[in-house]
Amino acid sequence: MVALELILPILAATLRTATPLLLGALAGLFSERAGIIDVGLEGKMLVGAFAAAAAAAVTGNVLLGLVAGIGGACLLGLVHAYACVTLRGSQVVSGMAINIIASGLTATLALAWFSQGGQTPPLPPGARFLPVTLPGAAALAGVPVLGPAYAALVSGQTVLVYLALILVPFSAWVLYRTRFGLRLRASGEHPAAVDTAGISVARLRYSAVMVASVLCGIAGAYIATAQGAGFVRDMVAGRGYIALAAMILGGWRPWPILFTCLLFGLLDAVAIRLQGVAVPGIGAFPVQALQALPYLLTVVLLAGFVGRAIPPRASGQPYVKER
Amino acid sequence: MSGLPRWAELALLPALNLLLALALTALLVLATGGDPVAALTALAMGSLGSADAIGYTLYYATNMAFTGLAVAVAFQGGLFNIGAEGQAYLAGLGVTLAALHLGFLPGLLLVPLAIAGGAAFGALWAAIPGWLQARRGSHIVITTIMFNFLAAALMVYLIVNLLTPPGSMAPESRPFPAASALPGLAGFGFPSSAPVNLALLLAVLAALAVWLLVWRTPWGYALRVMGQSPAVATYAGIDQGRMIILVMALSGALAGGVAVNELLGAQHKLLLGFTGGYGFTGIAVALMGRNHPAGVLLAALLFGALTQGGAELAFEVPDVPSEIVVLIQGLVILFTGALGNMLRPALARMLGRAGG
Amino acid sequence: MAIRDSRDAIRLGIEMVHQHFMLVERFTVLENVMLGAEGGPLLARGAALARAGLARLGEAFGLRVDPDARVGNLPVGAQQRVEILKALHRGAEVLILDEPTGVLTPQEADDLFRVLRALRAQGRTVLLITHKLREIMAVTDAVSVMRAGRMVAHRETAATSVAELGELMIGRRLAAPAPRPAPKLGPVLLEARNLSVRDAGGVERVKGVDLTLRGGEILGIAGVAGNGQGELLETLAAMRRPATGEIRLGGRTVFPGWGFNPAALRRQRLGHVPEDRLRSGLLRNASAAETAILGYQDDPSWRRFGLLAPPAIAAHAARLMRDYDVRPPDPALRSALFSGGNQQKLILAREIDRDPQVLLVGQPTRGVDIGGIDAIHQRLLACRAAGKAVLLVSVELDEIMALADRILVMFDGRIMGELATAEADERRLGLLMAGVSPERAA
Repeated sequence: MVALELILPILAATLRTATPLLLGALAGLFSERAGIIDVGLEGKMLVGAFAAAAAAAVTGNVLLGLVAGIGGACLLGLVHAYACVTLRGSQVVSGMAINIIASGLTATLALAWFSQGGQTPPLPPGARFLPVTLPGAAALAGVPVLGPAYAALVSGQTVLVYLALILVPFSAWVLYRTRFGLRLRASGEHPAAVDTAGISVARLRYSAVMVASVLCGIAGAYIATAQGAGFVRDMVAGRGYIALAAMILGGWRPWPILFTCLLFGLLDAVAIRLQGVAVPGIGAFPVQALQALPYLLTVVLLAGFVGRAIPPRASGQPYVKER
Repeated sequence: MSGLPRWAELALLPALNLLLALALTALLVLATGGDPVAALTALAMGSLGSADAIGYTLYYATNMAFTGLAVAVAFQGGLFNIGAEGQAYLAGLGVTLAALHLGFLPGLLLVPLAIAGGAAFGALWAAIPGWLQARRGSHIVITTIMFNFLAAALMVYLIVNLLTPPGSMAPESRPFPAASALPGLAGFGFPSSAPVNLALLLAVLAALAVWLLVWRTPWGYALRVMGQSPAVATYAGIDQGRMIILVMALSGALAGGVAVNELLGAQHKLLLGFTGGYGFTGIAVALMGRNHPAGVLLAALLFGALTQGGAELAFEVPDVPSEIVVLIQGLVILFTGALGNMLRPALARMLGRAGG
Repeated sequence: MAIRDSRDAIRLGIEMVHQHFMLVERFTVLENVMLGAEGGPLLARGAALARAGLARLGEAFGLRVDPDARVGNLPVGAQQRVEILKALHRGAEVLILDEPTGVLTPQEADDLFRVLRALRAQGRTVLLITHKLREIMAVTDAVSVMRAGRMVAHRETAATSVAELGELMIGRRLAAPAPRPAPKLGPVLLEARNLSVRDAGGVERVKGVDLTLRGGEILGIAGVAGNGQGELLETLAAMRRPATGEIRLGGRTVFPGWGFNPAALRRQRLGHVPEDRLRSGLLRNASAAETAILGYQDDPSWRRFGLLAPPAIAAHAARLMRDYDVRPPDPALRSALFSGGNQQKLILAREIDRDPQVLLVGQPTRGVDIGGIDAIHQRLLACRAAGKAVLLVSVELDEIMALADRILVMFDGRIMGELATAEADERRLGLLMAGVSPERAA
């Protein structure tokens, strides 16, 4: 039972840290599957976090916060789509610009609106997503192993965690079972084939970027109003980039992405618990090694040393209709 | 291709893009109830209003000139190096190891060796993504992003666990020997409080060297050919794989200048996160400076002034934080880089009409 | 009724099978066929219909493909069947095929023709764009000949012959070769044996080519564009690596061997005027002076104190521009701003000025005005007179006739035959270019 008491909190923390990664990685999945590289996940999540926290702080309503978070991320998404699709600009430059703009913009607005050193006021419980206790948690409490596991993992998460998990099969369904998904994947692989089939590549790519923005907005809202209790400067803290790594490591496919996000979440949860733990021979446990693992794995995979990550064929290339 | 006269392409367009970024930011200040005129005045006075302010401006500009050159030189070869931040961070390790372990040497030997150590570490950290792109086909943008994070994790580990002297609470190395310090520029009329130092001169020399290398050597010629068109480079018999690795190494070495300015010039010890985002600012500087060393120096001055002015602004004008400068940088990247095609057609039409 | 875009064409029942397939390689056959004709926002119902439709079409036209196979794993012939199925599934009444056999094996081509006949039998219209006369005679009912962007003749296939079509393709009596002194043949300078080249997609573009080129002669390579001439030229210049074969330059084996790259061959005095000058021969956004040293940037003669000296480069460019009458003679002007003829003269000047022993020239007068053409031709003849070996690849028969001493005709990656220019006439050339070997044409 001691092992269970040790493992369950780690697994619960894994779910919590994996959630924003999962939302971000699925966002990247939609965008990149349509052929638009998205290194701007971080920025869109940050603006989503700020907008969600700001709206929740002002209205006291967490759902309005979520809507505002989505709206904020979508504004940036529109800029990205306009730059990449309409003006055929560099997708990477646009993504980097969005990250830097988001960092400056949120800090500026936060100070101007709330005058609290670049933070939003701490959110009261009503303006946050709180863990939901699922029915049966109490009833099962007596059952060994299953009871605590149910209470700590299945029950007791915020609604956005469940949403993120449901979005995995839903994304798979959209990508592989719907017309929209078929066309979206085709425009990331061979846009000319989509065009000659009489379908607008530009409209598809705009939609894909907007879907990605909505997911980033939710991810941001989760970070600021579920995991945290308000906005703090640069609070996304690189999770947009880890999401990008998770997406690549997941081979641009929904179910493997769930797996990589959970793996990265687990690494993080374990790292936090090992902080300061002494290891015989080494001294303090090198937590940084665990934190670096997602990036290292991504580099190794991209280099083709182990397996091969094949990005959508046309990603990064603006589509120019032949005349 | 652009259809714009040279002067418009090199001067007018960047100026317009900057104006647009400033105007949008001013609108934002206005919309949030601030006073854009006061903010702009504070920016200008804070960055150029005193010798001390100018000293800080030049100090920041030095960092940005190095990272701007790093990004620009890779751009000339058609490579987008987003990893200057991590390369500068690793260079800090090279500088530190040299400064701490060769501390018995006199300054005249120690300083060049520390600089070389920084350049070597930065070069190595950039050459790996270069090698991965050239030989394994990994996308340089993604690998350099990942290498930023790898650098951060590695450096945190090294600083916290190995370089922090026992018993010290602050996560930083022990102070460098005095001989390793780059002299300040007090002799040029800057107050000794201003951190501007000899690294500024080094940055200007680096810009000159980059210009010579890229525009005055066969190697640089080949680099620019590759950047303009890989197909032409193939025709001309240029070994592009080798070129990619070498230019990334050069780019990383240049990014290492940040470590020289920060650690040898100002801090005199290795600090956590001393690179402070200059690697990313370098992207804005390079884009604004049209990837040319002269343009990079000018853009670095501009962004250095913005950074210093932003810090003062935060004191002077309540509710306008220094981060507003980050916003301006981001907008400049957006306008000059990604939205570059937005103004150009209209401008070409206007100039065309004016010219008859 | 005007057709403005592919959507209009599809609505009218016109479908095209492109030369470069419009297929998503990572998709299954079924997914590719459904793209644009999904039958509703959810795929399940449409997939069932498409699957049934594929089976039906496969039956009717002999187009059998596994609907669940990944397109990227299928052989090229099967991929083409998918393209046709896709068109038919969308209800094509008129099917346009653009050079459909270019990538097919002879067996696959025969299968294709069976399909086309079946389509005709069931009332569909097929428009076949091809330069292969054998195909026209084999499957068509009527033929239109297009030349230089114009429709120049229409014939019932039954009422014409390969010979007539060959002449119509060329279109006019070729000018008799200009009288010029017999070549003073020197030693063999360039030799290729059994040279085969594959493109990035693994398709064999050059198939077992042999050629020998001596000093003092111009060897012309004729053929319809896209029959492997471009790949052959780039391979001889070391821009591509051959799959098999041997290349000897100036008596030394350069392939197989170390140092088979353009820079090394340049040092062994190989000049190369590339086929597509805009893509690979000049630096569009750099000055004419910079274009004038492309490939020779390592030469010490434009360095001072070890550094490139723009005045020396500009002086060199100015001399080239003067000698070769490049206008305007302004070395500082951006390369893209010169006319096609002047760009080409600049490239020619750059390559000839290095005194090459072998000069490879691709489409030297494409996009060049009449005056420029003559000047370029005179330069090439001067090279011949100077004892250089010149390999000329051109789709302009007049040009080949005017310059070459011998003519090799390429078709489908192979040398179809060799003619001395004196024996060449439009009929023989036309037949060889259309893939009919001399024995069968005789």
